[in-house]
Amino acid sequence: MADGATIAGRVRRTPSVSTRGALRRWLGRKSSVGFLMCLPLIVLVAALVVYPALYAIYLSMLNKKMTHFVGLSNYAFLLRRNTFQLVVFQSCFFAVSAVILKATIGFILAHLLHNISGGNQRILRGMLLTPWVIPLSLSTLGWWWLFDPSYSAFNWVLNAFGFASVPWLGERWIARLCVIAVNVWYGTPFFMIMYLAALKSVPEQLYEAATIDGANAMQKLIFVTLPMMRNIIAITVLFSLIVTFADFDIVRILTAGGPQDMTHIFATYAFAVGLQSGDIPLGASVSLFMLPILAICAYFVLRGVTRRAKEMAA
Amino acid sequence: MVASHSLSRRKALKLGAAAAALPLVHVRAAGAAGKVSIGFWDHWVPGANDAMRKQVAAWSDKTKVDVQTDFITSNGNKILLTAAAEAQARTGHDVLALYAWTALNYADSLEPIDDVMKRLAGEFGPTNPVCEYLGKRKDHWIAVPSSSGAQMKGPCGRISVLREKAGIDVTEMYPAKEGGSPTADNWTYDTMLKAAEACQKANMAFGLGLGQTTDSVDWAGAMFRAFGAALVGGEGDIKVKSDEVRQVLEYAQKLVKWLPADAASYDDASNNRALISGKSALIFNPPSAWAVAKRDNPSVAADCWTFPAPAGPKGRFTPYLPFFWGVWNFSPNKEAAKDLIAYLSERKQVEERCVATSGYDIPPFGSMLDFKVWEEVEPPKGTVYNYPIRPWHKTQPSIAASEAPPEIAVQIYNRGTMPTMVAKLQSGQSIDEVIAWAQEELEGFVR
Repeated sequence: MADGATIAGRVRRTPSVSTRGALRRWLGRKSSVGFLMCLPLIVLVAALVVYPALYAIYLSMLNKKMTHFVGLSNYAFLLRRNTFQLVVFQSCFFAVSAVILKATIGFILAHLLHNISGGNQRILRGMLLTPWVIPLSLSTLGWWWLFDPSYSAFNWVLNAFGFASVPWLGERWIARLCVIAVNVWYGTPFFMIMYLAALKSVPEQLYEAATIDGANAMQKLIFVTLPMMRNIIAITVLFSLIVTFADFDIVRILTAGGPQDMTHIFATYAFAVGLQSGDIPLGASVSLFMLPILAICAYFVLRGVTRRAKEMAA
Repeated sequence: MVASHSLSRRKALKLGAAAAALPLVHVRAAGAAGKVSIGFWDHWVPGANDAMRKQVAAWSDKTKVDVQTDFITSNGNKILLTAAAEAQARTGHDVLALYAWTALNYADSLEPIDDVMKRLAGEFGPTNPVCEYLGKRKDHWIAVPSSSGAQMKGPCGRISVLREKAGIDVTEMYPAKEGGSPTADNWTYDTMLKAAEACQKANMAFGLGLGQTTDSVDWAGAMFRAFGAALVGGEGDIKVKSDEVRQVLEYAQKLVKWLPADAASYDDASNNRALISGKSALIFNPPSAWAVAKRDNPSVAADCWTFPAPAGPKGRFTPYLPFFWGVWNFSPNKEAAKDLIAYLSERKQVEERCVATSGYDIPPFGSMLDFKVWEEVEPPKGTVYNYPIRPWHKTQPSIAASEAPPEIAVQIYNRGTMPTMVAKLQSGQSIDEVIAWAQEELEGFVR
């Protein structure tokens, strides 16, 4: 009986043993462990990014009452509207000029910091990072008080020196520049720290070789530093472009899109159209408008980065 | 020592979790007849939420229904986002506070509430026409007009400044007594124009915003209405090229010269600050600005007087922003929710809350516009006596763009079309350019 039971038990256990073995083999692979460790993040991204994105695409193809499918007609409608054309211009102007300024100022600051040694660099680095670590909505509120119609601190200073008050957020070009200035103030430290890290990774021997070849500072910058930083510049610019295009807080808090819609960008206009005016499909269309263009940009930039990485590895 | 030993880490964690959960789950102890959750508007006026809590507790004790109350701020449009999220997800509170156009925006997700309104109207008479316009769809009530947060936005002026600089005695024009004064007939948009000029020259410009937030939209909407200048008619027909629109724009072209240079960047707090800081002679606002001045700048508060909007060629219209309570049609306890709303809408409860808000909350029923609180609030005595519409004011409550069908009007309102038209005049554009811009904008709204 005992033997029989043992045999029967063995027969029954055979598939589970083989399954367990396969599982052990699968778990033994590096790629499987990597996948399992990434799984929580994959689930999170799928739930919080992929699903909402697909749902937004679906919403943008519905009619105003969300009762039937209208294809791309919401997008076609938007393209015919002057106000939306203005929003496209403003979003592009805002994002491109802010990113160029952030990249340029960040690059200069990174170089200046790179040439300061020891503890002073750490202190300055910490100070310059401050705008980036303060919650954006709080710092923008601070800026808003500086630009405020009744209590503007800037105007108080101007008046003290005998100059007239400036309608900082009441005149379209001044308001646009104020919005860009706050974005640059907030975003520059990100570029600075990324470029500083990249600068530190450039081998010193390359500069020594260039010096021996008689290169001046500008030539070293153009022929050594910039090529070595190309990948990091491309990635930071792309990342910042995407984030700046999607910016909401600064415009919402500073101007709410005004004066006269002159500072609306995609996110704030989508909010005004979709949530405030009750046209969620049109709001979704506004917010998704730049997706294909940014996706194409991202494709080319990342392809360039991969190609250069392969060249460097070879 | 003994106490510190007895508090284990596990116990501390349990206590912490319970303490953290307390403010989240504000459930009454009654507990036998179901549960209702209600999202109220988080009132500006200190103490107003407490008054509401007490009333809800009293109803809960009476009916044995558990109630969860949340007070949701309108800062950052949070209450608007809550409504959008709950309507989309079809879950959330049973009852939610909805202001202005929100009830109509989510009409398909709201439970018809004719039974409650029939009961309330039978007891307290009809509501004002703005409540009917925003609370009804296809002749059915979709939400109950609430006093909590509802506000008139007539002018709040500085008594001494208007008297000395503009020659207008607002306390004589709108005294704090029944019957009013015949001089109120002189309070017209032409009078306001002259006063705006005089006050601007005295560095006390009227704080009339030309932004896209509600305060700017409400006063501009009342002005357009007073000139009979509808942008879109009842059938959805665009009427921006009418003589009335041209007439109001001609008037606005003169007025904007005397408004602050950055009026286009005003939000709903800018006008309050202009008055409270003593830099402005007049704003259009509920008495919240006065209430803050009472705390922060008492001499300004003691010099404030609230009264109806000026009259134009087509009548006198005072801006009004109503609030509603709506029951979601996915609510699991609709009957209890309706009963709670009906209870909170009774005269006794409405008056208690009105007193708690120093008269800020305007009841939607005309029969309730006789509360004593508006006579008693001070300083100065009678400052908000004329805040609610009185029969002798010869004014009507108004919400911008309400001549248009609601689905178009909500866009005109929320996109701030009217103040933007005025702001364009201030920036130097011609009337023809402004009309052409508005025509294009409105064509987009009527799609």
